[in-house]
Amino acid sequence: MSVLVLAGTAENKVLKSAFEAVSYGAKIASDAGTDLHVIAFGGASSEDLMGLGTYGANAIFVEKSINNTQPFQMANAMTEIAGKVGATIIVVSYDETGKAVAPIVSAKMKAGLVAGVVDFADVSNGVIVKKSVFSGKAFARVKFNSEVAIIGLTPNSVGAKEMAGSPEVKDANTTMGDARITLKETKKEDLGGQVPLPEAELVVSAGRGLKGPENWGMIEELASILGATTACSRPVSDLDWRPHHEHVGQTGLAIRPNLYIAIGISGAIQHLAGVNASKVIVVINTDPEAPFFKAADYGIVGDAFEVVPKLIEAAKAFKANN
Amino acid sequence: MKILVAISKAPDTTSKISFTDGDTKFNEAGVQFIVNPYDEWYALVRALELKEANGGSVTTITVGGADADPIIRKALAIGADNAVRVDATPSDAYFVASQISEYAKDKEYDLVMTGKETIDYNGSQVGGLVAGMLDLPYLPNISKLDVAGTTATAEREIQGGEEVLETQLPLVLSASKGMAEQRIPNMRGIMAARAKKLEVIPAASGEALTEIIDYSLPPAKSAVKLIDPENAADLIELLHSEAKVI
Ligand SMILES: Cc1cc2nc3c(=O)[nH]c(=O)nc-3n(C[C@H](O)[C@H](O)[C@H](O)COP(=O)(O)OP(=O)(O)OC[C@H]3O[C@@H](n4cnc5c(N)ncnc54)[C@H](O)[C@@H]3O)c2cc1C
Ligand SMILES: Nc1ncnc2c1ncn2[C@@H]1O[C@H](COP(=O)(O)O)[C@@H](O)[C@H]1O
Repeated sequence: MSVLVLAGTAENKVLKSAFEAVSYGAKIASDAGTDLHVIAFGGASSEDLMGLGTYGANAIFVEKSINNTQPFQMANAMTEIAGKVGATIIVVSYDETGKAVAPIVSAKMKAGLVAGVVDFADVSNGVIVKKSVFSGKAFARVKFNSEVAIIGLTPNSVGAKEMAGSPEVKDANTTMGDARITLKETKKEDLGGQVPLPEAELVVSAGRGLKGPENWGMIEELASILGATTACSRPVSDLDWRPHHEHVGQTGLAIRPNLYIAIGISGAIQHLAGVNASKVIVVINTDPEAPFFKAADYGIVGDAFEVVPKLIEAAKAFKANN
Repeated sequence: MKILVAISKAPDTTSKISFTDGDTKFNEAGVQFIVNPYDEWYALVRALELKEANGGSVTTITVGGADADPIIRKALAIGADNAVRVDATPSDAYFVASQISEYAKDKEYDLVMTGKETIDYNGSQVGGLVAGMLDLPYLPNISKLDVAGTTATAEREIQGGEEVLETQLPLVLSASKGMAEQRIPNMRGIMAARAKKLEVIPAASGEALTEIIDYSLPPAKSAVKLIDPENAADLIELLHSEAKVI
């Protein structure tokens, strides 16, 4: 018995969510008194991968020639390594890559998979996890009935905690099988130097209350002073006021930042589904009856066009002193 | 083109969520059920567009009890040719995927399509499981799909951008926003749906690998702390000293 963690990488870098997944796996391994193994794909440097050691990683298997566009090859390699190290618990960050790969591993190994896990696993008697259901409106406790359990961890749910490991990077050397998918092109969004939304700790978001795309200058300015990433409601991206990658909610991205500031957004249930796991929510809206206030920690009933400029000044003053 | 679309039943997004039987069952009283949006708006409609352009057929498959029939009829009203329901409780994603794979395995579908996730269980896994079980290429979370001959070209949103992927039919994909525009069934479609075939088949052997023990609701949020708009600047200080997030 041991724990295997998939450490996600993108563009030759270890993702923030990988540190969290490794730290999560390390906790299980220490609770259950077993070993922790890590597998990573793509061209992240050894130095970068060794950084996972700070979160408890020991053996790190790397398969350099497989990238995130090949879920089958990744799943084949993971299945092979899982067999080799006798993994009974597999931890995967349930991001775009995890969603592509983990179900195939589940099918290949006949291992149960629970996705959207938001808390540490209870491994005292079998494996029990807590997952988010009904788009964040409730939780379920789920028990595994399979020999191998795959945990699909929601990014930013438990955070990464340091734990000493003695990492050693090894060539995974698996028989990965054929690449069946060809990557034709990668289109990069211009994020304007912002942290990508799924990794952002601070988010400033705005909705239809802002009236038109020409009014986003103040939203971008507030975000930039705070070091936050900008987001928007669905109608705003549907109207092309803002780029599609900013759309959060049920049909867009689900995020869990430390701070979510919602400006001129009503707080429809489908919007909340993507943001209600944020640690602190601030709502700025002219309508005191806006449903968003029920989900908020702090609220300002007021006109965004008056309130946001004041916040910009206050944030500038705060940054100058801190 | 022969296309199979997996259709699931989900509570309407505005449903009030509560539980019964000692928090072990979802309380369906007063809940309106819909076709899971990703299955309907995106997977099914794109399947119909591909059929309209290239000929072929679109079959839907649902794992569930007779309570799923109304949403299956809706899929038929939107334009699916015929429907299959595997008569079994959809106990977990592995079980559901086993049923779909078992049905699809010898029927030579060019495309098997699922939604990117169900809005109740939020698994995002049935598509990948079916691909794994049928050993077909898997295109996950696809926002755009074109097929020319036996070559499929698809766009997938990734962190910070998009990828254009290409692979050969047959394949399995999961559909996300952008792949098609919602279609509202018209009277003719609704009438025609009554005459279409909804075949009910018994479940193949298969097992669930996970089991829900119980449910819980998030702790009630304490009341919002309101700040006078005149003193909006105070918010920044509160976020620093009280909430400790900046
Ligand atoms: C199946 C389904 C899926 C959906 N998925 C999503 C999703 O993923 N994400 C999403 O966001 N939506 C989604 N929606 C749409 C959702 O239901 C709402 O329609 C949408 O979130 C509303 O966007 P909004 O709050 O920006 O606009 P509105 O509802 O128009 O709200 C604008 C708000 O701005 C306030 N306002 C106006 N002027 C000002 C001002 N000067 N200063 C401050 N406040 C002001 C108003 O009081 C109002 O509350 C979905 C809907 C469905 C049916
Ligand atoms: N009971 C079911 N019957 C048919 N298809 C399903 C069922 N459950 C899920 N699916 C399909 O699988 C997709 C992903 O579901 P999930 O993995 O549960 O999030 C859905 O969007 C449907 O297309």
